[in-house]
Formats: sequence, structure tokens, C-alpha cells
Amino acid sequence: MSMAAAETSDSAGCAAGDSVDLSKLLADSQVKAVLDELDELIGLEPIKTRIRDIAALLLVERARKHLGLAGGSPSLHMCFTGNPGTGKTTVALRMAQILHRLGYVRKGHLIAVTRDDLVGQYIGHTAPKTKEVLKKAMGGVLFIDEAYYLYRPENERDYGQEAIEILLQVMENQRDDLVVILAGYGDRMEAFFRSNPGLSSRIAHHLDFPDYRPQELEEIAQRMLHAMQYRLSPAAAAALRDYIPLRMRQPHFANARSIRNALDRARLRQANRLFAQQETLLTRDELMTIEGEDLRASRVFA
Amino acid sequence: MRITQGTFSFLPDLTDAEIRAQIDYALGLGWAIGIEYTDDPHPRNCYWEMWGNPLFDLRSGTGAMTEVLACRKAHPQVYIRVNAFDATRGFETTRLSFIVNRPAAEPGFLLKRHEMDGRRIQYTLESYAAQAPEGRRYE
Repeated sequence: MSMAAAETSDSAGCAAGDSVDLSKLLADSQVKAVLDELDELIGLEPIKTRIRDIAALLLVERARKHLGLAGGSPSLHMCFTGNPGTGKTTVALRMAQILHRLGYVRKGHLIAVTRDDLVGQYIGHTAPKTKEVLKKAMGGVLFIDEAYYLYRPENERDYGQEAIEILLQVMENQRDDLVVILAGYGDRMEAFFRSNPGLSSRIAHHLDFPDYRPQELEEIAQRMLHAMQYRLSPAAAAALRDYIPLRMRQPHFANARSIRNALDRARLRQANRLFAQQETLLTRDELMTIEGEDLRASRVFA
Repeated sequence: MRITQGTFSFLPDLTDAEIRAQIDYALGLGWAIGIEYTDDPHPRNCYWEMWGNPLFDLRSGTGAMTEVLACRKAHPQVYIRVNAFDATRGFETTRLSFIVNRPAAEPGFLLKRHEMDGRRIQYTLESYAAQAPEGRRYE
């Protein structure tokens, strides 16, 4: 209710009687900085477009409120589907910031939970547990990872159903101060929604995270190395280019996460190599460079 | 007689928006919110009933506000207060406490005088409301 009060005082401050400067509103909200940050993420084109759409909608909604046009706040509960390592959590974090800057949620924090945090162990344990998590998430984004574990069709007495019902209730009531994001792998999410149609219909945005292309994974690797203050020698860069398609064909390929792990292993080998050199004087360059052999030693080349 | 206990009690009753603002202020300082209620208005009655568990780790007042409203709905005719607990070492105590709900009619207190030895007088306060059994005091 205080939010509504803030909005009316806002519109009182807006002197223009019949028009709103959208670009000024955009500048005031500082949402542009977050959107630019979003652009720094590699790939994910459909996701970026959708988030831009949502940002535009919220901004227009704000402009409408300035002029006293009631539209009712839009429902922004979301579902992120996609293979492992496609950036669901990262985007959820940015989403929380965007929604906060646009005044949709009050704090903009992200509470990431899984089934264990919501579902209790005995009768009467689930409801308080779920409610407590929801209270903590209010004013921000509740991110439920692998949401399909909430529903276990093989056990009809499973307490997960209770958690889903409470979630549904809150998703309906607290429309203006909590955004629920469900995340998980595409096929299992679909099965989950089939058995919980009420949940699916209350989620306005279903976002599907595409797998990265080899080219994009390479860029991601460079970005990660840069952040960790490493760099690839030309031979290592070539090795990485060979490595990515090979790793993609391996089982349990998890997109960016696999790349991160591969880089971590390369760092391990680099450290080992430097250690084995028996040279006590190491230059800054040597400490920073990952050589081709560090990557080539991977078992995918075997 | 209007009970004046805790912060803001000499001001007119806080509106919901003002309560919310106070809760947000307390949360902003990292204090935890607890909600308590009682139907015994005696000033020395400091142990009120707890409404649910204390609310730790909240980021926004919405969750605490839902609890305040739920408590008020369940007990519209009793005293309800919001406590803000500071867990910082050295404080570890309630830093802010204010009444957010009170009965429509507050009958006040009777001042009892007991004659003691040697014309000495012992004074006691007794709430008129507390003369009825617990749970039926503000019907």
C-alpha cells in the first residue's frame, strides 16, 4: 500500500499534465546500466529480447501510472528452461536487479532455493517452511532451481504438493512484491507443468535458454580467463578451439559450466608444469599464460 | 485510559503505511522483527505471547507486514506490538518496540492502597480489564 502512496506522490511531482518523458523515466530508473550489463552476456539472444520487452512494459506501465491510467501491475512470474550451464541463475540475478530498478519489487535480492528448502520432513512441517522462505524472498525474486522435484508423482503423500499450493496462493496474492522464477531442464519442466496446470497458467513468461554455439563458448572461455587474470598462448587458443567441439560430444556436457571446469583443470596443469620446471624465478607472463599442452593433456583428446 | 508503552505511544496510532515504514527502517539496520500480543495491559507485564517465530533474515517489510495483519485479524481486540531485535554483540536486545494494535475500549487501572503497619501505604495498580479471565477481557 505504501508503494501506491509513493506512486501518487510521484505523479504529483510530475508537473506535465498530459505527457510523460519516457527517456527521462528510463534515465531515472537506471535500468539502462543493467540492460547494458545484460548485453555483456554472450549469446542468449531470445532471452535478452524478452527481458528488454519486459523492461519496456514496466517502463510504459510506470509512465501510464504517472498519468493516472490504471492497468494493474502485470504478472511477472517466470519459468526458465534450458540445459545445464546455459546461464539461468546468472540471468535470474540480473532480472532481480532490473525489476528492482523499475520499482516492481522493493529490494531486488535473489533467494535461490531447491526442494529441500521448501518441503518439510513430516506432516505440518512444509507449510511453515515454505512460508518462511516466501517471507524472506518478499521484495525480491524467489528462484526455485529444479522446480520439478517439488512434484513427485510416484508418491501421492509427498509434501511437495503442499508447497506448490502455498506457492500458488502467494503468487496470486502478492503480485506486486514477489517474483517467482522456476528453473529447470526443459523436458522435465514440461512434465511438471502438465501435472500442475494451475502453475503453468500463472506463469506469464516461459523463457527457453538455448545451448551455446562453439563460437560463443570460446568467447565465454576468454571472458572467464580474463576475469581470472589468465590468458591463452596462441597454441592454447587453437587447442581450445579443437577442445570445445570434442567436449560438446561427450556425455554430461554442461555448456558454460563444462568450460569453466575445463579451464580450472588447465590451471591445475599449468601450476603443475610450472612446478615441475624447477625454475624458481617465474615471470608475470609465465604465471599468466596457459600453454597449449595444458589443454591438450585433457582426456577428450585421448 | 490509553496505554502508553513502547515507542510512539504518545502519538496517534500509526497507520499501516507508517508501521510498514518503521519495519523497513528496522530491517534496514539489520534488526529482526518479532510480533507479540497480550490482553493484560499491566505495565510490568513484559512477557507477551509470541505470534509465530521471530522473523529473521527478512529483506523487505512485506513478510513482516503480512504477519502483523494476520495477528490483527486473529486478535482484533488485544494489544499487539512489533519488536525489533538487534543481534549485534554488545546490544543483543530489543532496540525498538511499538504498539500496532489496541482494543477499542481501554478501561484503565485501579490504584489500590493497602494499609500496612504504622500507617504505611503500599500502592498497587490493577487493570480493570484483567479482572475478567484471560481471553474474555476485551469482548
